Amino acid sequence: MRTLLTVFTKEFLENLRDRRTLISALLFGPLFGPLLFGFMVSRMLEQSVIQSDVPVKLTISGSRYAPGLARYLETRDIKLNKQELSETQARAAVRGGTAEVVLLVPEEYPRLFGAAAPAPLLLIADSADSQTRKIADRVRAILGAYGSGIAQLRLQMRGVNPLLAVPVAVNDVDVATPAGRAVVVVGFMTYFVLFALLMGGLYLAIDSTAGERERGSLEALLSLPVPRAALVGGKILATCAYMCISLALSLTAFVCVFHFVPLERLGMSANLGVETALIFFAICLPFVPLGATLMTLVASFTRTYREAQTYLTTVLLVPTLPIAFASIYSLRTKSSLMFIPSLSQHLLMTSVLKDEAVPMLDVLVSAAASLGLALLLFVLTARHWRRETMLG
Amino acid sequence: MIEATGLTKRFGSIEAARQVSFVARDGEITGLLGANGAGKSTCLRMLYGVLTPDAGKACIDGIDIGGETSKARAHLGVLPHAAGLYNNLTARENIHYFGALHGMGKLLLEPRTAELVRALGMQSFIDRRAKGFSQGQRIKTALARALVHDPGNVVLDEPTNGLDVMAIRNLRDMLTDLKAQGRCVLFSSHVMQEVAALCDRVVIIGRGRVLADATLQEIRERSGAASLEEAFLRVLGDAEGLS
Repeated sequence: MRTLLTVFTKEFLENLRDRRTLISALLFGPLFGPLLFGFMVSRMLEQSVIQSDVPVKLTISGSRYAPGLARYLETRDIKLNKQELSETQARAAVRGGTAEVVLLVPEEYPRLFGAAAPAPLLLIADSADSQTRKIADRVRAILGAYGSGIAQLRLQMRGVNPLLAVPVAVNDVDVATPAGRAVVVVGFMTYFVLFALLMGGLYLAIDSTAGERERGSLEALLSLPVPRAALVGGKILATCAYMCISLALSLTAFVCVFHFVPLERLGMSANLGVETALIFFAICLPFVPLGATLMTLVASFTRTYREAQTYLTTVLLVPTLPIAFASIYSLRTKSSLMFIPSLSQHLLMTSVLKDEAVPMLDVLVSAAASLGLALLLFVLTARHWRRETMLG
Repeated sequence: MIEATGLTKRFGSIEAARQVSFVARDGEITGLLGANGAGKSTCLRMLYGVLTPDAGKACIDGIDIGGETSKARAHLGVLPHAAGLYNNLTARENIHYFGALHGMGKLLLEPRTAELVRALGMQSFIDRRAKGFSQGQRIKTALARALVHDPGNVVLDEPTNGLDVMAIRNLRDMLTDLKAQGRCVLFSSHVMQEVAALCDRVVIIGRGRVLADATLQEIRERSGAASLEEAFLRVLGDAEGLS
């Protein structure tokens, strides 16, 4: 126990003096996520504002063939830019970016429209561009409304009840709570939290194993009259301490970002206050020893700093896999999923953000599963440290 | 006193040590001489218990290192082949860390460190961080770290490797002091002048076996060679290629 504490204190202090550890543990890891997150949400806000408030610009060619349609578009907040283009020119204009969306009214339009036959219109847009796709969608919806309006008039003139052409009336009912809607945006935040948590211990896990070997202090350490499990235990404990600091910093940064990003304007409320942050900390805490032992175990097999770095970057991706699966299959919080570390933490945090009830049992199962796996990995690590091959 | 009895170790098909037996006595400097790859490090590593021998045993002051590893190690100071320091710690912190792992409290550590600083002449750099230390400062710190628990036996694996002339001279003085204090000093080297200048006894190792175990005088007399160098070469056979 005393050995454990001695090793812990030394590793903690030594790495506090190491700039590389400090930058990754206390700066890059915890701040990268919240800053990127704040930036992305602000961008989304800007884009949604453009979408609803600013009049859409539409290049129209051959408007003289369809004056009624042009007037209708203008009453719907579409700014028309009237030009005369051939189809080839119009395609080139959209592809070249000089026009975002082009509506082409062909010469035969008035004749067919007058004969009550389907009158052709060409809507030219680039669906690979998310910005112009939105404009095209809006123009398409307005054209649809125009078409059904004309259809109803035509039926009425022929003495047919226009409602006959409307067999079903669909009303959208959205049951998403404001907090629930925010989760779509906030969902990947849990990934950043787990990322920051792992980043916090990354360099210490490398330095205390592969680093120790590379600088040649390992053999002297291993020839001391102390149990190897206590040595590596102290190292893992120090790694855990840095991970906790990184986690706390990351959550603090998120609370600050949430304070400044006006999520309400997206029709969302995300309740990430101090209290939620503390709950997150508690949920993630059992994942800390698991991450620390996993990184230490992997780094123990490597010979140099560089080699360890290569392998551990891959390890950083491991906890993201379940989260990726969760979003692909849109998994919901279930007790059976609480046995999977990182996924369970992700789901629990998402539930808390959604304002859903979180059963205490789920939290306990999640913690027990993570801690159990951590213990197993620790046994493996200690066994590896007792091997002769540890000398390298 | 360090006793090796029939130490044998295989790594796959390579026999790194075969029936190695010798005794390093208190108040003497024993040199383990052999070419690179002759099995010196393997033998020493079995002595301080980081390698387990396939056969045979090693005792430190009569305590079996394989049986009571911790107890035996308390009597042993080790300076391994790569004696790296923690660059972000000061020399004092490096020494204290190992002392604390030996179970020494602050009350014991402070006076012992002061003693080592005086004996090894570390006053000028004891509270500086190890980053940027010269070779001489590094070897002194590493030696102080190995001696912090005041062991009766000291094992050094190629301690002069990579040191400059001044540092080697310093190290020689330090080893002579340890001998004068009545300790058992065992060190390995592939430089015969080194061994000739320092040792009371020489154990010559080649291809994992003990080729000779005697005082310098005995080796010279037995081989009938005029110089010590000649004597060493006759024992080894020229295939071993010592420097």
